[in-house]
This record gives sequence, structure tokens and C-alpha cells, in this order.
Amino acid sequence: MSDLRSFDVELIHQPAYLDPQTSVLPTFALLQQDGKLYPGAEAPKLSKEQALKIQDTFLFIRALDERMLASQRQGRISFYMTETGEEASDICSTAALDSEDLIMAQYREQGALAFRGFTVDQFMNQIFSNEKDLGKGRQMPIHYGSQELHYLTISSPLATQLPQATGYAYGLKQQGKKNCVICYFGEGAASEGDFHAALNMAGVLKVPVIFFCRNNGYAISTPVHEQLAGDGVAGRGPGYGLKTLRVDGNDALAVYEATRLARQMAVEDNQPVLIESMTYRLGAHSSSDDPSGYRSRKEEDKWRNKDPVARYRSWLIAQGWWTEKEDEARQAEHRKAVVEAMKRAEKVPKPLLEDLFTDVYAEMPWHLQEQLEEAKAHIQKHADVYPVTAGRLQS
Amino acid sequence: MSNKNLLQAINAALDTAMQADERVLCFGEDVGAFGGVFRATSHLQEKFGKSRCFNTPLTEQGIVGFANGLAAQGQRPVAEIQFADYIFPAFDQIVNETAKFRYRSGDEFDVGGLTIRAPYGGGIHGGLYHSQSPEAYFTHTPGLKVVIPRNPHQAKGLLLASIRDPDPVLFFEPKKLYRASTGEVPDEDYELPLGKAEVLREGTDITLVAWGAQMEVIEKAADHAAEEGISCEILDLRTLLPWDRDTLVASVKKTGRLIINHEAPKTSGFGAELAASIQEVCFLYLESPIMRVAGWDTPFPLALQNEYLPNEWRTLDAIHASMNY
Repeated sequence: MSDLRSFDVELIHQPAYLDPQTSVLPTFALLQQDGKLYPGAEAPKLSKEQALKIQDTFLFIRALDERMLASQRQGRISFYMTETGEEASDICSTAALDSEDLIMAQYREQGALAFRGFTVDQFMNQIFSNEKDLGKGRQMPIHYGSQELHYLTISSPLATQLPQATGYAYGLKQQGKKNCVICYFGEGAASEGDFHAALNMAGVLKVPVIFFCRNNGYAISTPVHEQLAGDGVAGRGPGYGLKTLRVDGNDALAVYEATRLARQMAVEDNQPVLIESMTYRLGAHSSSDDPSGYRSRKEEDKWRNKDPVARYRSWLIAQGWWTEKEDEARQAEHRKAVVEAMKRAEKVPKPLLEDLFTDVYAEMPWHLQEQLEEAKAHIQKHADVYPVTAGRLQS
Repeated sequence: MSNKNLLQAINAALDTAMQADERVLCFGEDVGAFGGVFRATSHLQEKFGKSRCFNTPLTEQGIVGFANGLAAQGQRPVAEIQFADYIFPAFDQIVNETAKFRYRSGDEFDVGGLTIRAPYGGGIHGGLYHSQSPEAYFTHTPGLKVVIPRNPHQAKGLLLASIRDPDPVLFFEPKKLYRASTGEVPDEDYELPLGKAEVLREGTDITLVAWGAQMEVIEKAADHAAEEGISCEILDLRTLLPWDRDTLVASVKKTGRLIINHEAPKTSGFGAELAASIQEVCFLYLESPIMRVAGWDTPFPLALQNEYLPNEWRTLDAIHASMNY
């Protein structure tokens, strides 16, 4: 912590205002689109096993996103969000963490959860809000969470997870645990007050947290130049006392290496870190919007040519760790697994009526018990209006 | 037993809780070395160290967001909002996050360890922004508990219970009473039950119910009424959510009359919930309409504070109106 009102400061005698145009952070990048390292760049020390786990997660998420978006179009699910084009950001940052580091996601980080081991059936049970959903069918599709996998349940309000990340990290520090929190958010969420509160408190209280911004160019339809001025989101990090790096978000190796170093600073020195990952949302914001209304096909094509998954695959093949043929075979396996899991999840019943009333409090208070009984009596009386729930009422 | 004012009782509860459980952390604006603007956290930093009692930057949404994260991690944070009037930047964190944490995750995660303390209410010449009683905003949010003590003994016991309760609690402290009077407070660790009202005085003609600083007001009104031969039964609700309907119903069935007193504005105040619920259960027992004596539906004033407050004389008028209905 500093007190800048110190008397021992450099004085200037011409009013030299800081020019935001000249203070632009560079972008850390290792891998070129053809899968070759930039001259002078060094690949992080990834084992073949880790490297292939990243690739497998890439392929799984592509299969999941593609199939689920199609299911939404067919009316089989109500809502979906793809992360196409951004897979390197969440998957490779999570790959650089310890499996007990807490993940606080925004909503477009299913890849991080898949990397942690959330099964295809667990994804489907949440998406279909059936009685096997860990969240008991209470939230819209894609609001995943798992205590076992240290992935905090997603909530829709934007940026609320940021000050929570600071608090959770303080708790880890207080207990002397050698873990950190990674907190994902978009460049749009960085306009919320919670963003500023969170980074400021993290800087002041010195906690092991990594704020990971996926700057994907759009907040629904609002382009980044209508969202913020100055040097992006990264430009704000130093002002809050955070170690800050901007990284090519479509570069799997650069994201991995940036996060590995961030984790080291966070866990060893309680130094909070901000990473701004420059990427692009190739798909729509959600299944409820159509990007052709706010951006050009030409712009999308430009970014499609910077596809992070293709870039990483080229590197893997050049390493001699992977082949086109294996890639195609694995894609087909994932597609099949997703379709089969979807069929299973569709057949699992909705949660019981009791799940509407439990977990509001640790123990159900009198007024909720009374309302549950009232709801039961009403549903029994009008079984034709609520046929499924009426048939499953517990006495 | 020690003689303590309400502020000292709060301080003693925090001290006791921190002593008993190292997961209890106290923080907020000016809470650290200074001990809070009202001194509720005096000497806690000295005693338990800077990592367990500390200042935060000036950001209420940050304080509660941070506290949510700490509670999710397994700590027992006690976050101070300097005045209840300034709790609104944290409204989103409280209503959308704190209250829904357990429900939305299917009990995978919860913030049950969280307690938010805030001084509330008027009577200190604080004008619009140092006087509000915002309890009803929060009683409208499933997942929260709302607790308000009336005196030092209650404050210590209810705060200890709130800190240890498995659900998040908003604990509003009547700041008018912080130093107004003292009472006997046990030195040992004790808890008073949440969700339970207390009958302070038994009576036969009419029931008066209130909470926090308004308890003094209805007691005075009952004293005046007693001089006229009217016997008032007096209840302190203590917990507003979930509130103790059984105790209030038993009283109203006995007396047949009910007056609710709160300092917050009348419209959509918690009195509206009590009146609606009581008439559902006690309709045939009522001798007169349930009446509310509350703050006027204006912002909290300054020069005309005494004309705004629902004091003992307005309560006495309501008692007469109810008895003569």
C-alpha cells in the first residue's frame, strides 16, 4: 500500500498530462496461426498428457455447443450460450491452475468446467433442468456449479462474482491455503461497479485472486469502443495495484503461460493479477440474438481465420502428439456422447414440488411449510392443470 | 453481569464471537484501528489482529460482495454498513446474491455464515440520510433473516445467534439507543432465539407490537393507557423474517385488538404484512380494525423530526381509536 501524498515526490514544472494514446499495453503471444512459435518465443512446459487433455476439452466443447445450439433451435431446450472462438481463454487458463483453485465463472466458461471433469451427463441434467441437476432445476440452462469441482454456481447478474472472488481469496489467505481464485468476466461486465470494487479491494487487501477478462469484442450487441475508452480493461489494472498482462486470447500456449505465472504470484505473494484475454465471440451472445444485426460477416471471417482450436491443433500435430485422423475420430466420439446423454437427460423427470421450497433457508421456516402444503392441496385439487407434478406428489 | 449500553453490548458480542471462533471476521468502513464511527468494533483489531478486524475501502457493494465470497469460502464474516441509509449500493449483492446463494446452487454453496450489521433509524437529528429504517425492503426477499434488538441484553444474545445462524442475517441496530441507556448484560456467551417474539407485558384489552427503538415508545404509550384503565399487552417481534406469527396470534385472539408501530413509512412497511396475516387468522376475534402507527410516507425530515416520528402520543391516540371503535 502506498501513500502518494508523501513529500518525497518527483516535481515537474510543465503540466505534462498522461496521454492515454501513448500508454498502451502490448499483447503477449507465443503461437502463430500456422501452429509455429513466434521467433524468440518459448512454449510453456506442457506434458503431452496435459496438452492432449486441453485438445480433448476443445473438441468436447465444440461438439456440446454445436449440438445444444441446434437443440435450442429445435425447441428441445429453452436457452443456450456457446463459447465458440473463445475456448483457449477459459480452458487454457483453467489448465494452468491447481484442481482445488476456485473458479468463479460469468456464464461462457463451460470449457473450464469440462476441463475439471464435469461429465456430459452432468451438463445435460443442468441444461434440461431435470431432477438430477445439481442445481435442482432452479436456474436457466448453462448456470452450472459444482462444489466437488471447485466451480461456484453461476448467477445471471453481471460482475457480482468479482467482489466475491476477492472475499473468497481473502478466506483462502486467512486459512493459509496454497490456492487461489480465478474469476472470469467479460469486458462489458467490467463497466459494472462491482468490477471496480473488487479490483480495488483485492489490491488493498492483497489476496490470491486472478481476474481474467475475456474481451471478446461485444457485450450482446454493444461493441467494445462503445463500452470503454482508454487502454481496454487491462489499462485499469495498475491503477488498482494489480499485476497486469494483456494476452492473445486465441493463443492457447500464451493463455496457459500467462495464467501459470499469475497463479504463482497470487499463491506465493498474495499478489492479485488482472489478465485481459483478447479474443472474439464467433457465435451470438446467446440463443436469443442474431449478430447479423450488429456486425459484418467480413469481421466474423477475419476472426474465424484466427480460430484458437485450429491454431493449437497445428501445434500439437507439429509436436508429433496428434494427427488429423485422431482429431476427426475424437470429434465423432464426442458428438455421439453428447447426443446419447441428451436422450438420457430428456427422460429424467422434473424435480419434485418440494424442491421449489427447500434451500431458501437451511431449515424450512413455518411460512414456507405452510405454503408448500397449500401448493400441494391446490395441485391435488387441480391435478389436470399440473399432471406431471400431481402424479409425483409425496404424501 | 455488567452494566452496558447497547453499543458496548454489540462490542461484547463481537468480542465473544471472535474469541470462540477464528472464522469470525469483522470489517467495514473505519472498523479497524478506529473501531467504527460509533465504536462498535473498538479494540477488536488490537485483540484479534489486523487480519480479523480491518478497514475496507469505501464501497458498500464491495463490502457485501467480499463478505459473500468469504462466507462461501467457509468464514463467518460480520460486515458493517456504516449507516443503513448507505446499504443500497449493496442491494444487488444482498438481494440477488446473499439471499439466493443456497437456493440457486441446489445447496452446493451457501453464505449462511454471513451477518450484515447496520445502525438504523431516526432520533439523532440525522435528516434524510442518517435516519432511515429500510427493513421492509429486505423482508420482501426470501432467503434473508432480519433481526432487530431492543436493548443491550437482547443485542448481545441476538447478535451471537445471528452470527452462528446457518442463514445470512441482516442485523439492524437502533442507533438512537446506542448510548441512550444501559442495562445488565451477562458476561458469558449466550444466544437468544431467532424467529421468536417476546411478550414483555401481559394485558387484556389491546395488543401493541413493535421492534427495536419503537419498543420504548409503545411501552410509554401503554403506561399512559394504564392510567386510564386500559390494559395493553406488549410484544417485541425481535425477528422480522421469519416472524413469529403464533405468539402474535395468541395475543390478538386474547385481546381482540392490535396496533402495530414502526418508524419506517406506513405504505408497504412491515406493518402491512403483519396486519394482512393477522386478519387472515384472527378475523372473527377482532373487535376493531388493525391499526398502524408509522412514519409518514415522506422522506425522513430534519427540523420536523418530532412531528414525523410515530411517538407514544400518536400511539395513545390509536389506542383510544381502537378502544372506542
